[in-house]
Amino acid sequence: MVIVRPAEATPAMLQAAIRNVVGEANVRTGKVKLDIPPLVENGNTVPMTISVTSPMTADEYVKSIHVFNEKNPQPNIGNFYLGPRAGRAQISTRIRLADSQKVTAIARLSDDTFWSTTADVVVTLAACTEEAI
Amino acid sequence: MPSALINVPAKAKRGSVIEIKTLMSHIMETGYRHTASGDVVPRDIITSFTCRFNGTEIFRADLYPAIAANPFITFFTTVTESGKFEFEWIGDKGFSETAQASITVE
Amino acid sequence: MRIAVCIALLTAVAGAALAAEIPLSERRSGYSFMSADTRAMQDEDTANPGMLFVLDGEALWKRKAGAANKACADCHNDARVSMKGVATHYPAFEKALGRPVELEARINLCRTNHQQASPFAYESRELLALTAYVAQQSRGIPIAPGDDPELAPFVEKGHALFMQRQGQLNLGCTNCHDDNWDKKLAGSAITQGQPTGYPLYRLEWQSLGSLQRRLRACMTGIRAQAYDYGSPELVELELYLMSRARGMPIETPAVRP
Repeated sequence: MVIVRPAEATPAMLQAAIRNVVGEANVRTGKVKLDIPPLVENGNTVPMTISVTSPMTADEYVKSIHVFNEKNPQPNIGNFYLGPRAGRAQISTRIRLADSQKVTAIARLSDDTFWSTTADVVVTLAACTEEAI
Repeated sequence: MPSALINVPAKAKRGSVIEIKTLMSHIMETGYRHTASGDVVPRDIITSFTCRFNGTEIFRADLYPAIAANPFITFFTTVTESGKFEFEWIGDKGFSETAQASITVE
Repeated sequence: MRIAVCIALLTAVAGAALAAEIPLSERRSGYSFMSADTRAMQDEDTANPGMLFVLDGEALWKRKAGAANKACADCHNDARVSMKGVATHYPAFEKALGRPVELEARINLCRTNHQQASPFAYESRELLALTAYVAQQSRGIPIAPGDDPELAPFVEKGHALFMQRQGQLNLGCTNCHDDNWDKKLAGSAITQGQPTGYPLYRLEWQSLGSLQRRLRACMTGIRAQAYDYGSPELVELELYLMSRARGMPIETPAVRP
């Protein structure tokens, strides 16, 4: 038997990955800001900052931030767990994008509501690439 | 031992919010690449990053193959007292590294 | 498909008029062609993944090695003092060999002659790390290739290779990096090919790499047979590039797309 691994995540895989985090909750648009270059020089290292509008007090804060992509081999990029003492609901990292695609960030607030935003990223392919391995 | 770079201010005012920047040396091999002869290069990534302050977890992240090589993660925290930040990276093939940084409350 | 586009653009580029060497006032580091995001990665040491290699290099500098059981530091003491400015005049003429050697080869000569240790392989983490650590001590110092008269014929050979058309695309370095550095190729800046930041962290590589790795990649790009690491041709080309970049500050460890 030959098992063929899917070349890229499918919309169904993305939806399943999101459901895995949010359960049956409704995900609303807003509160989340995703800073990512709309056009990147190299998909191997794409800087990304996510911030969430929140007072970050003991009663009202961001619990976690979850980042997903549309087309990489798998839909998850990272989960980031904060808390009231973070003071500021903002994280940065660098990600890989195998191709031009959508990136979605979802924040879980202390009242267990979910908020999201999505950005489109265009990845230009280097003119002269080399064998990676 | 793999190198890590940590940026934490040495001093801060009580109650202020500071940014912590971390950079860890790691190839983050995705497990989706093949060699010229067609063999899959096995996955070798950091799967978990944790920051504790004086023993209490203040930040944690789950990482996937889509995180770039040499993972760079920044986050914020409120300065409550002088003490020690401990950083821990855990991953495939038994990868486990730690780093520390101290802060003094003015 | 991608190769076809690449060839079509390169052919167009190759047809442009030939220009002279870039005057000093117009020399631009690859840094100036990058996006703000990529520049930011280079600007701050704790955000620059190349600094992870510099840290490794610092540890290697102090570690005893070889049958002589000596560390670099045992002879050269504090690299921040002894290695300051050294990388600005490499490749340098090596009397014992009668030819120029690049910084990597100089480090390996030290290993074999003085530490009685085996040389590090080209592009090994150790060699990249030590080279980056040494070169980083010259950060901000202008490139000043030695005016040793014995170097002159080798600079000339490197220049000739830079001008020489080669490969299936029949292109010389000069066709892109002298004549068309202000244009783009498939969305990427062509740049002047100034070697100011090596070894550097290339996002494409997701690692640090040497100037020779970059030169070999360019040769593969024009469908030419790349010269071997440490070959006289690559060292001469490196030497010419450094003389061409005279006066530009060292940026090691630079970040490039």
